[in-house]
Amino acid sequence: MISRLLIANRGEIARRVVRTCRALGVSPVAVFSDTDERSPHVAEADLAVRLPGDAPTATYLRGDLLVQAALDAGADAVHPGYGFLSENADFAREVERAGLTWVGPPPAAIEAMGDKVRAKHLLADAGVPVLAEIDPDHVAEHHLPVLVKAAAGGGGRGMRVVRSLEELPAAVATARAEASAAFGDGTVFCERYLERGRHVEVQVLADSHGTVWALGERECSIQRRYQKVVEESPSPAVGPELRAAMCSAAVAAAKAIGYVGAGTVEFLLGDDGRFYFLETNTRLQVEHPVTECVTGVDLVRWQLAVAEGAALDAQPPSARGHAIEVRLYAEDPAQDWRPGSGPLHRFDVPGVDVEFGIGAVERGLRLDSGVVDGSVVSVHYDPMLAKLISWAPSRTEAARRLAGALAGARIHGPHTNRDLLVRVLRHPAFLAGDTDTAFLATHGPDALAAPLADEQARVLSALAAALAGAAGNRVASVVQPGVPIGWRNLPSQLEHKEFTTRDGRVEVRYRLGRGGLEVAGLEGIRLVSVEPHQVVLDTAGVHRRFLVESYGDDVHVDSVLGSVVLRRVPRLVEPGSVVAEGSLLAPMPGAVAEIEVTEGEDVRAGQPLLVLEAMKMRHAVRSPVDGVVRAIKVSAGAQVDAGEVLAIVS
Amino acid sequence: MTLLRSTLDTASPEFAANREAMLARLEELAAEHAKALAGGGPKYVDRHHGRGKLLARERIELLIDPDTAFLELSPLAAWGTDYTVGASVVTGIGVVSGVECLIVANDPTVRGGASNPWTLRKTFRATDIAADNRLPVINLVESGGADLPSQSEIFIPGGRVFRDLTRASAARLPTVTLVFGNSTAGGAYIPGMSDHVVMVKERAKVFLAGPPLVKMATGEESNDEELGGAEMHARTSGLADYFAEDEHDALRIGRRIVARLNWRKLGPGPSVPPVEPRYDAEELLGIVPTDLRTPFDPREVIARLVDDSDFDEFKPRYGTSLVTGWASLHGYPIGVLANARGVLFSAESQKATQFIQLANSADIPLLFLQNTTGYMVGKKYEQAGIIKHGAAMINAVSNSTVPHLTVVMGASYGAGNYGMCGRAYDPRFLFTWPNAKSAVMGPAQLAGVLSIVARQAAAAKGQPYDEETDRNLRAMVEQQIEQQSLAPFLSGRLYDDGIIDPRDTRTVLGICLSIIHNAPIRGTDRFGVFRM
Repeated sequence: MISRLLIANRGEIARRVVRTCRALGVSPVAVFSDTDERSPHVAEADLAVRLPGDAPTATYLRGDLLVQAALDAGADAVHPGYGFLSENADFAREVERAGLTWVGPPPAAIEAMGDKVRAKHLLADAGVPVLAEIDPDHVAEHHLPVLVKAAAGGGGRGMRVVRSLEELPAAVATARAEASAAFGDGTVFCERYLERGRHVEVQVLADSHGTVWALGERECSIQRRYQKVVEESPSPAVGPELRAAMCSAAVAAAKAIGYVGAGTVEFLLGDDGRFYFLETNTRLQVEHPVTECVTGVDLVRWQLAVAEGAALDAQPPSARGHAIEVRLYAEDPAQDWRPGSGPLHRFDVPGVDVEFGIGAVERGLRLDSGVVDGSVVSVHYDPMLAKLISWAPSRTEAARRLAGALAGARIHGPHTNRDLLVRVLRHPAFLAGDTDTAFLATHGPDALAAPLADEQARVLSALAAALAGAAGNRVASVVQPGVPIGWRNLPSQLEHKEFTTRDGRVEVRYRLGRGGLEVAGLEGIRLVSVEPHQVVLDTAGVHRRFLVESYGDDVHVDSVLGSVVLRRVPRLVEPGSVVAEGSLLAPMPGAVAEIEVTEGEDVRAGQPLLVLEAMKMRHAVRSPVDGVVRAIKVSAGAQVDAGEVLAIVS
Repeated sequence: MTLLRSTLDTASPEFAANREAMLARLEELAAEHAKALAGGGPKYVDRHHGRGKLLARERIELLIDPDTAFLELSPLAAWGTDYTVGASVVTGIGVVSGVECLIVANDPTVRGGASNPWTLRKTFRATDIAADNRLPVINLVESGGADLPSQSEIFIPGGRVFRDLTRASAARLPTVTLVFGNSTAGGAYIPGMSDHVVMVKERAKVFLAGPPLVKMATGEESNDEELGGAEMHARTSGLADYFAEDEHDALRIGRRIVARLNWRKLGPGPSVPPVEPRYDAEELLGIVPTDLRTPFDPREVIARLVDDSDFDEFKPRYGTSLVTGWASLHGYPIGVLANARGVLFSAESQKATQFIQLANSADIPLLFLQNTTGYMVGKKYEQAGIIKHGAAMINAVSNSTVPHLTVVMGASYGAGNYGMCGRAYDPRFLFTWPNAKSAVMGPAQLAGVLSIVARQAAAAKGQPYDEETDRNLRAMVEQQIEQQSLAPFLSGRLYDDGIIDPRDTRTVLGICLSIIHNAPIRGTDRFGVFRM
C-alpha cells in the first residue's frame, strides 16, 4: 500500500496528483527547483524537497536526486507526472531499485515504446495498422510530403514536415540537433505525412492481472508546432464502429507490450476513415481530464491502485456527454508562439466548478492550473499556465461554456493564447466538428491570433483605464480626496493620458465636468459610474462594464469587448530614460546565443543581428532598417530581460 | 444628526425664473472667463506654440497631479480696465506631488507676460493667500518685466514681490521658481529670491541687464547666454539649482522638488469622512430670487453645501434674521453664519458675536453666507443700541483668528458687508455668486439719498428744485452704482477671489478648507472691548 508518494514533477500535474493523494489519504511529497520554491504545488504537499538549481537538467531531470528526495522524505512510491522523466525507463528502474513503487508501466514497456521505430514494428506485428517508416537517406519524391521525427521524441520536439527533397537534409539535421538536445538521442526517422489527418488517441488503463480498459478516444487535432492546444472526447469524427476498431487496436497494442497502468495509444486518422498507429505514451497525458470528465474515472487514482496491484473490473465504465479541454499558454500566437514569462498578478476564471477533480454531475467546468494569483511564469519551463475543461451533454454546449469562461477570465500577466482559444472554440468549422491537424493553418493563424478586442475596444478600455486611474488617484490622494476628478473653475483643456498597447499607442483626452463626461473624438458616450477598479460606460444606450486593475504602469482592462493590456506613458519623463531611436529591444527574456554583426557594420533591413535563445528556441533579432549598427549593448552569453536594449541601428 | 429638510418647490414658476436668470448670469460669466483664457489671443498663442513653448495653463496642467483640482484665483482681474482680463498672469492653487501649492504663472501671450498694475495686485493677493494659509509657492516665470508705460504704478509697489518671496522663505514656506523664458532686470530677483530654481536650457534668460544695456553701461560685448542662460547659471553663477532639458523636464524637476519638501500640513485633517449633501447642488440655481429685495431661506443653500445636509442650528428662535449653526464640509468642521432676511438687528448681532466667540474657543473655521442689506436703521433701533451691537459683531469678526470663508450669495450692502466678513475683514477666501451685488447701499436708495440731500440744499438756499434734473440725476446715479456693484466689476478690482458657479460652491469651499488647514487653526481668546 502506498502511504507517501513523491511527485517527481511540478506545476499543474503535480497539483493534480496531490488532489488525488488527498482523496485517498496518501501523503504527497513535492520537489521543487529554486525558481519553484513558492509554487502552489510545493505549498499543497505535506513535504517538499529542494532540487538545487533552475534548469530542468539540474533539477526535474535528475533521477538520482529525485530518488534520493523520495528516500529522504520517507516516500514509498514515485509518480512521474508527464514530461521530464515520465517515460524514462532508467529512472523507473532506479526507483524500483531503491525499493520504491513506480507509478507507471514496467520499464520494459516504456523501453519498448520509447524507440518509435521499434514500437512500430512491434505493433504492426500485433495487427495494429502503422505508417511505414522511411529511412531518412532513402526518401524519394513519391514519399513526399514526409514527417521527420525523433525516435525518442515527444511533444513535437524534433518534428519537421518536408515537402521537397531539397529541404530534407536541413530538416533532418535540425531535427537531430533538437532531438539530441531534448532527449539525448539524435536518432530520427521519416514517415508519410497526412496533410489533413486527425490526431485521435485512445486512453488505456491496464492492471497487472491482464485486464486492459480502453476508455474511449480523445481528438487532439488542433495543434501548433505539434503541440496540442485543444483536446476533446469523444472525437466528432469517430462513430461507434470506428471507436470499437480503434479501442481494440489500442487494447491489442497494450497487451502486445505487457502494458500496466495508464497509457495512450495515438493514431492518425485519415479522411478516408483509416487510422494508423503513431506512438504510445507510456504515462498520464496532459489531456487526461477530458477522459475523466466523460467517464467519471479518476485516472490518477487508478494509476496508484494498479501500482498497488489492484484489479480492474472486466468492463470499463461507459462514457457520457462531451468534454473539451484547452491549454492556456503564456505565449504569443501572433509572434510565432513566442513564450512569455514574468509575474502573473491575477488568474481568475469565472464559474469553475471543480479544480483537478472529477465532476459527478452531467455538466461542469474544471480547472487544472499550475499557477495562482501572484505566480511567476519562469523562462525555465513549459509556459503552460493551466488547462480548462468543460463537459456537457452536447459538444456545442461544452464549447460555448468553455469559450465563455475563457473570454471572461481575468489573466493579468504575460500575454497568453486565450483569445486564440476563444476564437477556435467559437469558429464555425470547430463547431461543425471539422477539425484536423491543419486547423490553425487552414483558418489563418493571423486571424485566429487576432485579439478579441478591436480598435474601438482598445479606445474604450483606455478611457476606462484613465477614468479608473483618476478615481484611484482621488481615493489615494492625501489632500482634497472628496473633490471631483479634475475639477476646474476655469476649464481650459482636456486631461490627457497616453498608453501603449501591443497594437500601438492610445491617447485619451477627457474631462469630467458638469455636463458629464466629455471625450475628444468619442460621441454619445456617458459615464454611468466610476470606481478605482470598475467603470461603467454608456455607449449609444448600451451599458458596458470595464474591470480595471493596475500593476505598476501596466493596466489590465477586462470587458465583454475583450481584455486589453495598457501601459501608462508617463507625462513627464526623465531625459535619458527614453530609449534611443533605433534601439532593438529583447522581445523576451533569454540568453544571447550569438552576435552576428559588429559595431559600425552596415546592415540591411531583415538582416539578423544577433540570436536570442529562450525556451530552447532560437530567435533571430533582425535589423528593422537598412543602416549602420551604432552600438551593441550586450555580449554573447549574457542573460537579458524582455525590453532590454540589445543594439542600436540607425 | 440634525437633517435640514428642504421645502424648495423645484416645480414652481419662481424656481424656474430664478434658475433661468442665474443661467443667464453664468453664461455672461463664461464669456468673461473666456477672455481670460484667451490670453493674448490666437495670434500670440499660435506664435508661442510655434516656438515650441507651452501656455501658462498648459504648464500648470502638467505641473499639478493628474486628475486633481485646480482653483484659479482672480481670473477676472483687470476686468473693466484698459488691461487684458486676467492681468497677464494666472494664479491659483493646485496639488503638486500631493502638496497644495500656490502657483503663479506669467501669461507670455499677453504683452510678453509683462506686469501691469493689475498683475501686481493679483500677484500680491496670491502671495497673501500663500502667507496666510502657509502654502509653498511655485513661480512659472516667463515675463518681459514691467509694462513700461505703467511703470510709475508698478516700480515702487512692485518691490513687494521680492520681499514676499524672501519673507515666505523665512517663514519656512518653500519657494520654487521654474524659469521658462525671460526673467530679466527686476524679474531676475524672482529666481534670485527663491529657495529652489530650475532653468530651461536655451530658453531661460536671467540677467540684470541685457547685451545692449551692458554695452551702454560698460562697453562690454556679451550675449544672452553668457549673461543669463540656463547653462551659465547652472554651471557658473550657481543661480540655477537645476538645469532642465526642456519645459517638460523643468516641470518634472519642479514636481520632484515639491515631492522632497517633506511638507506637512500644520492644521488637523478632516475630522469625519465627507458625505455628499442629501439635496442636489443643481437646485442652488433656483433659490436666489431675481430681485435681491426678495429674501430667501439660506437653509436651502446650507442643505446643498454641507455634509449629509446635517446642520445643528444655534439659537434658531433668537435673532431669526441670521442663521447660525454647526456643520461639516468635506469632513472639516465649520460654523455657518447666513443672512436670512437681509437686515441685521441687535439680536442678530449679539447672536453672531456669541457664535463667533464659540467658534474661536473651539478652533472651528467660520463660513459667512452673505445676503445682507445692512444693520437696521430707525429711531427705535438706534435707541436700542444697534450701533454698539453691530460694533460688537464687527469686533468679533475682526479679532476672530479662526479662518473665515465668505460667499456673497446676493446682496452685500452697508456695514452688513463688514459684519459678515467682507473683503476688508480678511477672510481667507471670498467668492461671489454671479448675481451678487455689493455697495454702500442699494442703487435706488443711494440715488434717493442724493436726491433728498440735493433737495434740502436747494431748499436751504431758497432755490427752486428742478424735478427733471433730479430724475436724470437719480437715473444716472442709479445706473452707475448698479454697474459698480455688480460681481464682474468688483471681481475685476480684486474685491473677491473669483466669481463662482453656485453649483461649485461646495467644491470650492472644500478645496479652501483643505487649503486653510495647511496652517494651524487657532481661535483667539482676546477680542476688542465689547461695548455693553
